Amino acid sequence: MSTATTEPVLSYDEALEKFDPVMGLEVHVELNTHTKMFCGCATGFGAEPNTQVCPVCLGLPGALPVVNEKAVESAIRIGLALNCEIAQWCRFARKNYFYPDMPKNFQTSQYDEPIAFGGYLDVELEDGTTYRVEIERAHMEEDTGKSLHVGGSTGRIHGAEYSLVDYNRAGIPLIEIVTKPMTGAGERAPEVAKAYVSTLRDLLRALHVSDVRMEQGSLRCDANVSLRPRAAEGQSQDDVPLGIRTETKNVNSLRSVERAVRYEICRHAAILDAGGSITQETRHWHEDTGVTTSGREKSDAEDYRYFPEPDLVPVAPTRETVEALKATLPEPPAQRRKRLQADWGFSDLEMRDVVNAGAVELIEESVEAGATPASARKWWTGELARRGNAAGKGVDEFGVTPLDVAELDRMVRDGRLNDNMARQVLDGVIAGEGSPLEVADARGLELVQDDDALEAAVDKVIAANPEVAEKVRGGKVQAAGALIGQVMKEMKGQADAGKARQIILERLGAG
Amino acid sequence: MSTDITRASAAEIADVLARREASAAEVTQAHLDRIAAVDGEVHAFLHVDAEGALAAARDIDRRRAAGEELHVMAGVPIAVKDVMATKGLPTTCGSKILQGWIPPYDATLVRRLRAAGMPILGKTNMDEFAMGSSTEHSAYGPTRNPWDLERIPGGSGGGSSAAVAAFEAPLAIGTDTGGSIRQPAAVTGTVGTKPTYGGVSRFGLVALASSLDQAGPCSRTVLDAALLHSVIGGHDPLDSTSIDAPAPPVVEAARHGDVKGMRIGVVKELGGEGYQPGVRARFDESVKLLVDAGAEVVEVSCPSFDYALAAYYLILPSEASSNLAKFDAMRYGLRVLPEGVDDPSAEQVMAATRDAGFGDEVKRRIILGTYALSSGYYDAYYGQAQKVRTLISRDFNAAFEKVDVLLSPTAPTTAFRLGEKLDDPMAMYLNDIATIPANLAGVPGMSLPSGLAEEDGLPTGIQILAPATEDARLYRVGAVLEKLLVDRWGGPLLTQAPVLTAKGA
Repeated sequence: MSTATTEPVLSYDEALEKFDPVMGLEVHVELNTHTKMFCGCATGFGAEPNTQVCPVCLGLPGALPVVNEKAVESAIRIGLALNCEIAQWCRFARKNYFYPDMPKNFQTSQYDEPIAFGGYLDVELEDGTTYRVEIERAHMEEDTGKSLHVGGSTGRIHGAEYSLVDYNRAGIPLIEIVTKPMTGAGERAPEVAKAYVSTLRDLLRALHVSDVRMEQGSLRCDANVSLRPRAAEGQSQDDVPLGIRTETKNVNSLRSVERAVRYEICRHAAILDAGGSITQETRHWHEDTGVTTSGREKSDAEDYRYFPEPDLVPVAPTRETVEALKATLPEPPAQRRKRLQADWGFSDLEMRDVVNAGAVELIEESVEAGATPASARKWWTGELARRGNAAGKGVDEFGVTPLDVAELDRMVRDGRLNDNMARQVLDGVIAGEGSPLEVADARGLELVQDDDALEAAVDKVIAANPEVAEKVRGGKVQAAGALIGQVMKEMKGQADAGKARQIILERLGAG
Repeated sequence: MSTDITRASAAEIADVLARREASAAEVTQAHLDRIAAVDGEVHAFLHVDAEGALAAARDIDRRRAAGEELHVMAGVPIAVKDVMATKGLPTTCGSKILQGWIPPYDATLVRRLRAAGMPILGKTNMDEFAMGSSTEHSAYGPTRNPWDLERIPGGSGGGSSAAVAAFEAPLAIGTDTGGSIRQPAAVTGTVGTKPTYGGVSRFGLVALASSLDQAGPCSRTVLDAALLHSVIGGHDPLDSTSIDAPAPPVVEAARHGDVKGMRIGVVKELGGEGYQPGVRARFDESVKLLVDAGAEVVEVSCPSFDYALAAYYLILPSEASSNLAKFDAMRYGLRVLPEGVDDPSAEQVMAATRDAGFGDEVKRRIILGTYALSSGYYDAYYGQAQKVRTLISRDFNAAFEKVDVLLSPTAPTTAFRLGEKLDDPMAMYLNDIATIPANLAGVPGMSLPSGLAEEDGLPTGIQILAPATEDARLYRVGAVLEKLLVDRWGGPLLTQAPVLTAKGA
């Protein structure tokens, strides 16, 4: 078993002072088609190992692939959403290499004829500026099986006693999206990388083409990083040749994307600064320790012997097909956000909170269900985000639906609940006690609508606090606050505080 | 003619069964008996499934007795080349690496045979993974030519053609990547058709070279080939390269052969030098018979055919190197542990298994293909070969603008002796020089017997080629020529074959 040695790193500031980082991101997206790329097997996540397999995806002798048309449609829609050109004619290709989790010992992929190419994705950064990520290509391929290395402590093949292979994943449709080298991001490179993956994830989610669950591997990111010296005086940074890159795999959360890029920048910088040179290699990201370790070396000897897949016919989408698919595209997320912000009347800051909380869709659906935009925002990015931060959860992980929020808001606006009671109702919803209405009924939470009871409580409080009452009579209206508090206590919280204030002021002739 | 049912054609057997003059079980048993009697010498079969074949035959008899409407070929037994996946029946492709593998599924073609009610007698011998022209590259020993047991039966489908020639089966399935149906047919005095690429489903055909492989019928008569062709042909959604159109009307064509007014081209590049005199003489005779029958014969030139063999031996190994990568001991078939390695890795097991499980010819082609696809060599080899392939297609197109069908000898020689070319791969490869262009262009081709060469008394074959999807033309011309030749010989050519040591023969 190998222990990961800690490699020297330069501080981030120093690294950026001396070097210009360049990135390239490869994102693999598992499509959510019901069947696999080249056969009719099911694609559900988490099934018993080797139960979603057939002669085709097991690569049994004689079996032949047939292209999943739905997957091609998804690929074209992704390409269009990334502003790519769609190939009028393209082929699959075989990528040949031996590995036990590859049933045929070649992966059916695309090589020099991708289905989509030459696009871009605009990415909004935290400070509101936009970085344009140029997309090199998006191509179709099949996923491999999954190896499980048993024994040994790293879960990797080295040191394992034996390995098991689950071919359920083999043949699941993948789209690989490859960026052009991302330059000019400077010290914001890690942020750009994260924002790109995040924006891409939003886009794919809006397209309904993938579950985009990074933790389940339906969205996987490989980050290529290289450094080049800062341009000399009078020299354009673009004229400085690119450095040697490393490809970091296993970067499976947004936070990891940012951290891994940052780590590699610091690690490269230390090597280069000490006069060393970067080894072109695959590296593995370790979420727990926050470092990368060397994987296999990528040498020129690696030759996949690509050639056009003779078992499949070319994919040649007609112009009409492409146009029809274009018509199914959702509004681009950035544009949609701008429109919603205007509709909802949110400030830039408010909207950014909403986006960061991942609550755009939730608020949109809450508003559609009848909530006011302001209260929907208050519930999702105020109340639920606060609880989320405390519990390390997303706002959508409490079991609270947009319908619940709309119902809660309606009960407040109808005067049945005050804010404090509404929060108690939310607790009940989170606890699984039912819808807001059911929770309020069950817990007996309801503002007292009976004015007689309220007036009686006011009279009782005034009688018990003559000095305070006198102050209010004398014009110190703010002193009424103490009386309101007492009235609310008397009413066990189930009164409309505004109404209580109104009656107190009337009684004391200060209205 | 004796009443031995194994001597009857498939069409005759179908008639006998339909008239209930014999049961399918009797017909199947007769062929199993014949196999038992002669296959020790011929070795056409790698696996005989007596039980399965008889069960299928009895099922047909039961259904016929019950008055069920059956397929015209129901009860006619058949042999299947061991390259087709057969559920529950061993499928080795003539290789050690697949020893013991029993597929969990049927090839589409096999499903169609079963659906038609044709009992499968067994699996026939072949060159390992269909690489060869003699069946000597089978890991399970060679098949012998029923005309002369010291000679090769052709290849790779020597087992299928020999089984048919030795009356062990009236029909057999072959596969043809560069001539593996037609060349064995030629050297065993039988008929074989390579349909248009995409005409018969490849689903379940263990791929040698995906863009060239095509399964087809082996038989003793042109009509029998057509009957089998129509059972296995037609679109299959499981094969993306399958032609999405109705199967061509081959039976109709075979029953109503006619060449009057037909334009027939003799390919200048496929004949002449390198062709055995007897082969040429029989070819010229056949051409003359067709002229007498009313065909117009012209010579056509297909200059790119000269490069067909070279292009073929780049494309085939390239695809094969990838297709055969799956045989790695991980999931099925042979598994060999490397010697002297305590705790071998998966890669070491793969290497040891492939070293032990593949024969020399297979290794030769995997190495060739791996090299041809390597980065830096791809354009010079695979890329150039694909260009030649395009040129060959153009030559065919140009020729078929002038003529309806093309003719050539099927193979340059009659059957050579076992071992004669085993150490000279180039000489072996040259045996397919006339058959390869059709595979490269995807056009259909048929070989039928043209007679016996004077110099050695062995069968010669004539090849008919037609434009893609015009398979029916092969049968229209083939039926006419067959009739004229059989009349001339005074009976089928196979009646002149030496008697094998069959009981009662």
